[in-house]
Amino acid sequence: MATENIIWLLPLPPLLAFVIIVLFTNKSNKLSHSIGVGAAALSWAGAMTVFFRAIGTEHFAEHPFTDSIPWLPLGDGWLEIGVRIDPLSAAVLFFVGITVFMIFLYSVGYHNFGQPKGDHDKKGFPPHGATVEDEHGHKHTVPSVEPMYARFFAFIGLFAAGMYTLVISDNLLTLFVGWEIMGLCSYLLIGFWFQKESARNAGIKAFMTTRIGDVFMLLGLAWLYTATEKLTGTGSLAYKVIFSEEFLHDLVALDMHFLGLSAAGAIGLLLFIGAVGKSAQWPLHVWLPDAMEGPTPVSAMIHAATMVSAGVYMTIRIFPLFSAGWDGHGLTTAMSIIAFIGAFTALFAATIAVAQNDVKGVLAYSTISQLGFMMAAIGIGAYVAAAFHLVTHAFFKALLFLGSGSVIHGMEHGVLHTGDHSVDPQDMRNMGGLYKKMPITFWTFLIGGAALSGFPLVTAGFWSKDEIFADAFAHGHYWVLGTLALAAFLTAFYTMRQITMTFLGEARTPEAEHAHETNWTMTTPLVVLSIFAVGFGWVGIPEDFLTLHMPFENWFHGFVGHTVHLPTHGIEFSWWPLLISIVVALGGMGIGYLTYRNFNAKDAVDPMRKLLGPVYHFIENKWYFDEAYDVLFVKPAIWISEVFTEKMDKGVIDGILHSFGTISFAIGSTIRNQFDTPVINELIGDGSAEVVQIFGRWLRKAQTGRIQQYMLSALGVLFIIFIALYYLVLA
Amino acid sequence: MDFLSSHLLSVILFFPVFAAIVIGFLPKGEDKLVRWTALIASLVPLALTLVLWSNFDANAAGTFQFEENYIWYETINSNFHIGVDGISLSMVLLTTLLTPLAILASFSVKEKVKAYMMLFLFLEMGMLGVFLSMDLLIFFVFWEIGLVPMYFLINQWGSKNRNYASLKFMIYTVGGSLGLLLAIQLLGVLFGTYDLAEIVAGWNALSDSTIVMGMYVSTIKTITFWAFVVAFAIKVPVWPFHTWLPDAHTEAPTAGSMILAGVLLKLGAYGFIRLVLPLYPGQSEHFAGWLAFLAVMAIVFGAFGAYGQYDFKRLVAYSSVNHMGFVLLGIAAAAKAYGTANAHIAMNGAVLQMFNHGLSAAGMFFLVGVIYERTHTRDLRKFGGLFPLVPIYGGILIFTSMASLGLPGLNGFVSEFLVVRGAWGELAGYTAAGMLGLLFTGAYILKGIKNVLHGPMNEEWAHGEHKLTEINTREIVVMIPLMALMLSLGIWPSWLLTVINNAVTALF
Repeated sequence: MATENIIWLLPLPPLLAFVIIVLFTNKSNKLSHSIGVGAAALSWAGAMTVFFRAIGTEHFAEHPFTDSIPWLPLGDGWLEIGVRIDPLSAAVLFFVGITVFMIFLYSVGYHNFGQPKGDHDKKGFPPHGATVEDEHGHKHTVPSVEPMYARFFAFIGLFAAGMYTLVISDNLLTLFVGWEIMGLCSYLLIGFWFQKESARNAGIKAFMTTRIGDVFMLLGLAWLYTATEKLTGTGSLAYKVIFSEEFLHDLVALDMHFLGLSAAGAIGLLLFIGAVGKSAQWPLHVWLPDAMEGPTPVSAMIHAATMVSAGVYMTIRIFPLFSAGWDGHGLTTAMSIIAFIGAFTALFAATIAVAQNDVKGVLAYSTISQLGFMMAAIGIGAYVAAAFHLVTHAFFKALLFLGSGSVIHGMEHGVLHTGDHSVDPQDMRNMGGLYKKMPITFWTFLIGGAALSGFPLVTAGFWSKDEIFADAFAHGHYWVLGTLALAAFLTAFYTMRQITMTFLGEARTPEAEHAHETNWTMTTPLVVLSIFAVGFGWVGIPEDFLTLHMPFENWFHGFVGHTVHLPTHGIEFSWWPLLISIVVALGGMGIGYLTYRNFNAKDAVDPMRKLLGPVYHFIENKWYFDEAYDVLFVKPAIWISEVFTEKMDKGVIDGILHSFGTISFAIGSTIRNQFDTPVINELIGDGSAEVVQIFGRWLRKAQTGRIQQYMLSALGVLFIIFIALYYLVLA
Repeated sequence: MDFLSSHLLSVILFFPVFAAIVIGFLPKGEDKLVRWTALIASLVPLALTLVLWSNFDANAAGTFQFEENYIWYETINSNFHIGVDGISLSMVLLTTLLTPLAILASFSVKEKVKAYMMLFLFLEMGMLGVFLSMDLLIFFVFWEIGLVPMYFLINQWGSKNRNYASLKFMIYTVGGSLGLLLAIQLLGVLFGTYDLAEIVAGWNALSDSTIVMGMYVSTIKTITFWAFVVAFAIKVPVWPFHTWLPDAHTEAPTAGSMILAGVLLKLGAYGFIRLVLPLYPGQSEHFAGWLAFLAVMAIVFGAFGAYGQYDFKRLVAYSSVNHMGFVLLGIAAAAKAYGTANAHIAMNGAVLQMFNHGLSAAGMFFLVGVIYERTHTRDLRKFGGLFPLVPIYGGILIFTSMASLGLPGLNGFVSEFLVVRGAWGELAGYTAAGMLGLLFTGAYILKGIKNVLHGPMNEEWAHGEHKLTEINTREIVVMIPLMALMLSLGIWPSWLLTVINNAVTALF
């Protein structure tokens, strides 16, 4: 099949899976997950075909796979939409295909397929376990199957379809379509257990917070679309038009007279705000930690394979816009802002992660922090480094989330065994010593954690993070380098804290003692992803690493680097960034281990709490952003809606309307009471009647019934008439 | 067939009346017969509209086709002149589509079925007449005719506060159209004809400094411009003329709300497009900023208003204010940019938004009606966690809500995006301010879903005599065409947009 046709078809299998499951197969768990996983496998196969054809194409950046069709008739022309796979999207397609497929497979085990139905399970709540009787008549509580099992596969199918649509788009409009579909899916999946208040609210929070970014992005799209009018009829949003030199040249020349922004920079920033929402950057980061209310595969989906990666992907994609006019020295205003937000987010989220006790909570903040690394990288123009870190992070973060899900699953097993439901299976303080119980999970988690920490030389995370440092160092962005180095140190520290508390030492609760390894559908994805969490780093090793001449070229750089034309030259190897990256990684991990290796009771005080005191309290409460936003935005919005608007409509506007009614009524009744009744009715109406009556009464006296009298009066009248005639006419 | 093809529009227009009269002669007490007759009769105009659609020359959508012209009131030279162009064709399709669905939705009405169905068919004629008229006087006649059945539908089949709501609806709209009537009379007297095309040509040919009836033409134009605007603004409804709408909707029977939101509001917007812009290009351009301001107020406060409601139906009613604001924003942008690509795009967005809102609002009101019929409450606080009880209803509600929210992939997004795109180049500040409304569109839609479907289940509806029953087949049949169109317009809008675009490009 022609590559372009395969690209068009990529989103289709998961989309069809969604439709089929919703409409037809939702009663059958087995059929539904077969369709779901099968669709993911099909898209994965397609994605791999496209990817390998892409890397086999000479000068692929100049000759990407593209195809387009007319979509909207507007004015005299059409708005076209289409597909495009160039080196950047090929790289993204690679990790999306694999992680999505793995997450689908993992979900089968995670949702306890094959287990009995729960005793008291209800739709909208997580499964609580089922009681079974073995052949000896002993009763056991075992995990029960998710009550909305089929629905889950439908939703993540749509989710995957949204992501594929976004990646294959050749224009920002269909990218936005995929973007928003993922927004809906994140809402539905974060709030998957919708009867739980916390899940319901988390879903809404995710949708609304990202929507703040989206409306800005929509304005950016409208602006961009309007601005391209000069080039193509009614305008276009295709990458080939909006990133063309001719167009960018015009756009840069247009000064906004605001912070030194050009129109290109301003549009870039509007679009970037969309990414701030989607990729949970400060100040729109608040939704992502709450997003772990959803089932764990969803967290992996959101944090790695799809949603947050989409934000970074889009930012990398629009790099030509916000960097337009950049000559390789200093930064444009828009770039500085992006670099600042990225770097600040990286550090700020890392501090919060240090004080989290929820096994997924740590990872949630680490995602925010790592996305900050990518944003900072793209902000300082480290295009390839940002893309590289995006891919490696997707692998190891998917691995870590699925690993944490496996841990939770193992712990839930322990909880069902002991029957003590007050033990939170997600709280790391209740764990410890799991390396013995869950060896596959442990080793793969360790690999993922090492990659996240940037463990030198072997892990993928090291190579991508090192490249960001090297780029920042080479171009003199020392403040970015410093901030990110500090964040990287904290990353290594909290990751080792997490591994130590979860897996090492001795079990701190009986539940942890009874945890056990999860089944193959869950461990296989862990193993596969851990291969990439290590191996994918090797495709991006600099040729002159350690000033040696490597026997291979930096493949990733050579491939993705040609997607755009960068004003900077390749960077030369320097010892400083390498040294920094090794020291922060090993130092952070070492100190993390040393600090937490003696944390051996579940109610022991966290060593960092002793050390930091009130600061710990501050970071533990996530810098109080949720509380501040509640006071600053949420409460006022509710007040405006429920009180202000209601008063305006019912009080002021309806008041005026009713006053018309009142005034008309007043005028009406005044006329009635003051004029109608006394003058017309009484004086004229009743009056004339009375006059007639009086006259009639008087005249009645004439009605005597005697003919003679009538004759007499007739004669009299005739006489009077004659007299009158005589005088009036004749005289 | 010859008669049919040469009189297609009048057959579409008057068939509902014929059907209503037939229904009037049906025997008493045969409610079932009345319902089915009404439904089948209302499918005839739909089928004929499809014939019309397939014979319509989309390439010439800017010119009126299938014209019919009969002498109607010779003394004042008013003719019964009807025809369709791309804009009115899409509105005719919307009307003839929603009427059968509304009638099917009304099968659960038990009281005075015969009168109810007859009123609906009369209503259809009134609405179609407005969209088809090419003569100002008959435009006005149909405009007013549409009010009467709706008044009785609210007044007779409405809920508790129906007297207030129907009176407010009636008086407000009639009050608004007084200015319209005077303005139309003025034009008729001035030109000795009521033919729209002739008046537009003659009116625009008059120079502003000409003195007519003792006043400068520019003054007269400004006054009559606002007379038109107020009449249509009340109907749309534009902030701050919108307060009749939540009341009327809340009290109207379900199908009444469907038609009210689905079609009647479009009459106002259609008036802007058909009369205000062509008759007053200068004034429209001059006051475009004001129109945009009112549109943005409608978008923002419509959204806030909806978010503040705890009555499900009121929430949906306010959402109409919010969505119709986008129509007016598109119109304002088109007025400002007359003749440019921005105008075409904005106007495409506005007309498509009219169609899209017709689908999603009708769907939403129907779904509110479905749950109200079962629970006899619309208070959001009394629902909660109903999803497991009514999974099919829940799925349909989420789908329709998302269409209303403007989720890409469904219809609302395309039109809202086009409006924003067209308006950005002309009215950037207003467009940006409108984004606040778009944000809160999300908030109120999610509030509805949150309180009805999600959250802890309210056990009252789970057992016993109040046990909530799933949406039935008839009700699903009402939703299927709506949902199919929402999806098809979201994924492949060009089948409709081609017709609209060709008309808009030729006209504006």
